[in-house]
Amino acid sequence: MADSLVPVKEIEEKMETDKMWVIMGPQHPFSHGLWTLKVQIDGEIVTDAEPIVGYLHRGWEKETENRTYPKVIPMADRLCYAASMTYTHLYCMTVEKALGIDIPEKAKYIRIVADEVCRIQSHLMWLAAVGTDLGNLTVFLWAMREREFFLDLNVKLCGARMTTNYPRIGGVRNDVTELFDRDILRTVDRFEKAMWDIIALMDESSIIVSRMKGVSYLTREQVANLGMTGPAMRGCGVDFDIRRDDPYDNYDKIDFEVPVLTEGDSYARYMIRIEEMFQSCDIIRQAVAKVRALGKNAPYRIKTPTKVPAGTSFCRLEDPRGESLMYLVSDGSDKPYRLKVRSPIFVNVSTSKAMCQGCRIADVPAILAQIDMCLGETDR
Amino acid sequence: MAYSSILNWIDFYQNPMSNAYYPFGDIYNLPFDISYKLWELIGGTIAWLINLIFPGNPVSIWLMDDAACTLFALIIFMLIIFIVVFVCTLISLWMERKFLGRMMDRRGTMVGMKGFLQCVADGLKTFMKENTIPGKVDKMTYMWTVSLVIGVSVLVACMVPLSDRWFVVNYDTGLLIIMAFFALAPFFILVSGWAQNNKYSLIGGMRAAELMISYEVPMLIMIGTTALLAGSFNIGDIIDAQYETVWYIVPQIIGCITFFFAATAESERLPFDIAEAEAELVEGWQTEYAGMKWGLIMLADYFRGYVACAMFAIMYLGGWMLPGIGDGPIPEIVFLLKTWFVFFLMILVRAALARVRPDQILNIGWKVFMPLSVINLAIVLLLKVGGVF
Repeated sequence: MADSLVPVKEIEEKMETDKMWVIMGPQHPFSHGLWTLKVQIDGEIVTDAEPIVGYLHRGWEKETENRTYPKVIPMADRLCYAASMTYTHLYCMTVEKALGIDIPEKAKYIRIVADEVCRIQSHLMWLAAVGTDLGNLTVFLWAMREREFFLDLNVKLCGARMTTNYPRIGGVRNDVTELFDRDILRTVDRFEKAMWDIIALMDESSIIVSRMKGVSYLTREQVANLGMTGPAMRGCGVDFDIRRDDPYDNYDKIDFEVPVLTEGDSYARYMIRIEEMFQSCDIIRQAVAKVRALGKNAPYRIKTPTKVPAGTSFCRLEDPRGESLMYLVSDGSDKPYRLKVRSPIFVNVSTSKAMCQGCRIADVPAILAQIDMCLGETDR
Repeated sequence: MAYSSILNWIDFYQNPMSNAYYPFGDIYNLPFDISYKLWELIGGTIAWLINLIFPGNPVSIWLMDDAACTLFALIIFMLIIFIVVFVCTLISLWMERKFLGRMMDRRGTMVGMKGFLQCVADGLKTFMKENTIPGKVDKMTYMWTVSLVIGVSVLVACMVPLSDRWFVVNYDTGLLIIMAFFALAPFFILVSGWAQNNKYSLIGGMRAAELMISYEVPMLIMIGTTALLAGSFNIGDIIDAQYETVWYIVPQIIGCITFFFAATAESERLPFDIAEAEAELVEGWQTEYAGMKWGLIMLADYFRGYVACAMFAIMYLGGWMLPGIGDGPIPEIVFLLKTWFVFFLMILVRAALARVRPDQILNIGWKVFMPLSVINLAIVLLLKVGGVF
């Protein structure tokens, strides 16, 4: 076909093609929660993307100003349904910092255990979401099944499955139950074995790997400029984890590795979270041993004053989704004057343009699954 | 009038093949036989009743003559064929729900009869739903495309023979005709995607066309290969040839695996359901169809899945014949069991794999399926030239 009868190129140049905005959300199977992603596509290729959040704004920060300090704890649970423990923990840490008190050793280790259980169950829910976004419902159900065991641990620890309401200003609400360390070690051991089933389904399936490998590259500089944090950042080669580099509670006394990959594609971001779950298991083992070593009668909570001295304090913590931060301004009364939350996802989701550009529309769910949307904390 | 007794009207033991208008030449057809006898019962009773009221009237006599008997028997015949295919499809639908549930570590459907009644409940539910048509769609196209998608799927499912006595048509090019009808639906899906005035539907329709050009050619090559091996496109001949030699899964093992995945793509099942990829396209080209229309589209998908499995069973698993036994007393059951076994493999694939990307399926179609089908053709040619078959 050296000489085509029809001058194809000329026709193509004359043809008026139009880019199309596809609006994914707020009711769309790919958006885990109420948010919208506007995607501009040229054929199947994404040329622009714009996230719209704010449908779930509840005025969280303003509401806290009318509540006494302990009453904010159950509200902090509601910031993110999958990571309620870390947000409550963060809030308590911030207030403790403002009070200038140091909490008992045992409480610190219990908080670490609770945080890591929360991280694993949150990551498992993310894994489930990745499964459905890639079109494999089996991963969804298997990951949710594994998550159930960690929710059971939450029940054994504090009686609630998701909105735990467990950390307190000055410690934790209750000591661990007698058989808690046995249960948690069993669950973790079981999880490490069961995880390989899911890995066999995901990582060893060439379809899933080819769906994620090589799409949506972000460089270290891009990540730094966009303000991305958390596992998604570490998948792009930035070696930074608050647990290790700015340790809070007793993370500095625990030996663990921070998984970092330099590929920077969607698959690297996926692998980071899988690795993190195994690291969390190690952390849990060490922390549980420390809790046990401290003995049964060690204090787990101290009494704290109801009024916080005037001043400011801020605290940050490695949330399952990234770096969450709270900034507290107190005026000496028993209510916060101002409490600001920095949500990791609010920043991470703003990178969706950089992540999606040049990919195909079929990849959009798989890419945005890697930032693990949670609208409760994003919109606050 | 001599015809006073009802027994004078009903000639139950008349062989339908002795009818002057018998539509199947000289081949015995079981469903037609059943429907012919049913019509003898129903029509005979009606004719007798009319004759009681108006003795000696011409309508009664016309109802029982050869032409009318064939006409009405054909209507009942169509109903029987459809109901059997419909039930087979419902069973595969149930299989999918139940087995997929077990593979995913859940129970699957639980509504009555081990979950089988869920199909009935779903049918009722979609039937009760409001039949909404969006305001800005091209109404005519919107309606006729979906009717044709469903119609073609049902038609092709009904055209699959269950045994050499259970068929609708017995063409010499049976396999090709099934394939031709099978491949019609993507065109209507494409048009329907345009007509719906919805961006998701538009992309879904385009993807259906994209999907079709990727699997259609290798699939036809593999059908040609089977026909080459058997020396005929006639389904009965292909199955007889497999009975005489060996199931074609043995010489065509490469082709059989390739055909399996091409058939999965043909019936738009995971991992190739890119036209209705719910993660990014909501429901793809079906987005704007509501209520019973959507229910029928869903059912049509399973009709197509059933046809794909049946084609696999015909081409590679010896159809209704069993090696060493041959036809057996109920070849239909043998055939359906083979079909459902293939469908079970499709369910396994669905449980294990994720959805591929539209550009990947083009790659798979042209860079994997195509060479494999040609290799398969080469092997078959060698076997044929070497005189093995």
